Amino acid sequence: MISISSLTKNFGQTAVLRGIDLRIDAGELVALLGPSGSGKTTLLKIIAGLEWPDAGALKVNGQDWLTLPAQKRRIGFVFQHYALFPHMTVRDNIAFGLTVRPRAERPGKSVIAAKVDDLLGLLQIPHLADRFPAQLSGGQRQRVALGRALAIEPAVLLLDEPFGALDAAIRRDLRRWLREVHQKTGSTTLFVTHDQEEAFELADRVVVMGEGRIEQIGSADQIHDRPSTPFVARFMGAVVELPVTLRAGRVEAPGLDARGLERRAMADGPAQLFLRPDAIALEPDAASPWTLAHKTSTGAMIRATLRHETSREIPVDLPRHSAPDLAIGSAYRLRPLSGAVFSLEGTAPTEAPRPVVSLKEKRT
Amino acid sequence: MQAVGVMAPGQSAWVPRLLIGVAVGLTLLIVVAPLVYIFARAFGEGWQVYAANLMHPATRNAIWLTTITALIVVPVNIAFGIAAAWAVARFRFPGRGLLVTAIEIPFSISPIIAGICYLLLYGRQGLLGPWLQANDLQVMFALPGIVLVTMFVTAPFVAREVLPLMQAQGSEQETAAVTLGASGWQIFTRVTLPNIRWALLYGAVLCTARAVGEFGGVSVVSGNIRGQTNTLPLHVELLFNDLNATGAFAAASVLTLLALVALVVKAVLEGRRAA
Repeated sequence: MISISSLTKNFGQTAVLRGIDLRIDAGELVALLGPSGSGKTTLLKIIAGLEWPDAGALKVNGQDWLTLPAQKRRIGFVFQHYALFPHMTVRDNIAFGLTVRPRAERPGKSVIAAKVDDLLGLLQIPHLADRFPAQLSGGQRQRVALGRALAIEPAVLLLDEPFGALDAAIRRDLRRWLREVHQKTGSTTLFVTHDQEEAFELADRVVVMGEGRIEQIGSADQIHDRPSTPFVARFMGAVVELPVTLRAGRVEAPGLDARGLERRAMADGPAQLFLRPDAIALEPDAASPWTLAHKTSTGAMIRATLRHETSREIPVDLPRHSAPDLAIGSAYRLRPLSGAVFSLEGTAPTEAPRPVVSLKEKRT
Repeated sequence: MQAVGVMAPGQSAWVPRLLIGVAVGLTLLIVVAPLVYIFARAFGEGWQVYAANLMHPATRNAIWLTTITALIVVPVNIAFGIAAAWAVARFRFPGRGLLVTAIEIPFSISPIIAGICYLLLYGRQGLLGPWLQANDLQVMFALPGIVLVTMFVTAPFVAREVLPLMQAQGSEQETAAVTLGASGWQIFTRVTLPNIRWALLYGAVLCTARAVGEFGGVSVVSGNIRGQTNTLPLHVELLFNDLNATGAFAAASVLTLLALVALVVKAVLEGRRAA
């Protein structure tokens, strides 16, 4: 079990971690998800002993790891670019962590060989045992890197953007396979990624990080449906932000039909509504301030752009077959199917809300 | 003419022929002929004379002195080169840029200046002279001085070969070894060293060749005492000034042979490095 409390870290003037509290149970598979610069890799490196925090505590199975050097922690660390030893065969790479142990703890040669054979089987690469890293594909190298980390029977397995350098098809394959390996080995595993799909598909729990803080911890559905902060909402793709008024738990705004949203137990007042472009339906309404500016079809979806009277624009994605016949220049009201509301008081985001993602950026 | 590359139809063949001819001709004239001449003169009066010349105590001493100098200088420079390259490649510290420049200084400074600097520092009238004398330490006109100057002149060779490689490889492999529980020494011998081994050997060969052939700097600090502080290059000059041409060429042939061996080793290593 990993227990992290009030961990902080600064690089010079820049705060990288601003107080991290996290518990990970034995055998769990947890993803650290966040954009670059959110501190997720730094947190992983601190757990590995490759970075040291300025303050806070890190305990693993009751032991204080901040007094232990990386060598003594028994962690399996898998690097994004594998960091295999190029002058060693696959077999020697995997055996490395066992062969560097002090003589008294080092298993015998035949024990090591048997262990490596086991791992080669688990990794489904027994035929590559005598090759050198330069002779392997990216996916094969990643398997070897994982094998090398697993060989020392790590207390914690840490993976830094494990599939970041691979192409999409291999990535999907390896994801499924990593899940299987985790089920077989049962090792407590923590991996860093900026890819939502990867995090949600692979992990039991996802920890969303932003700017050195944990923004939300939960399952895919929880984070998707109930983002706990504006940051998470934006990160999950809710790029449409509308100023609304909360009245009796309902959001109201001209041209907005929010009956599809559940009531919130929130105080009346100004608020911000976060919507995903694909969770908005359009209905003709001559009184609405929103008019259709343009639309294109991707075959499956209609990508529409609506322009407000104030000339602000928002993207809306509609399934083509169930979409109404949209006419350029006509007025429509927005009917959100789901969305997140944050009051502008109290839970206001620490940083100023970012402007809505520009349509050009989004579409091209 | 079976030229490498493509020539347009009708293009004259005499320009490439001329250029090749000039290159080969100049190489023969400037490089090969003098080398052949060294051996021709060395063996000019027969094997016995050649052997006798080499077995002359003063020549034997010069060969020995050059060998012992190289045996001290090269390992020290290998250690220095690795340490310097490692420090520069792995760490950010104040004065790092200065260190990189300092390593290169011996390349740009004439060796004779190095010799004079050491003389001014360690000589009888020098800065440390009185102290050295009081402690009965002979640096100038003795082996320590020769070794020091040779070390200065050859200092950049290993570092310059190893540094770019270490910078290109980064430290991720070493970090990986740390997470796998390896100690500092294990990381060095099993990860760092194997990665730089060809560059290191290549640098060591260049360093050896230079250490053996060093003349200018050593001539200032050695004192040129025949049979005592005369290295092989100095000895060649001494014999030549004695008008003992055959002896000079015999000694020179030893130096040349050493250089040729270094050249072959270097060529082989370059092949290994490219592989």
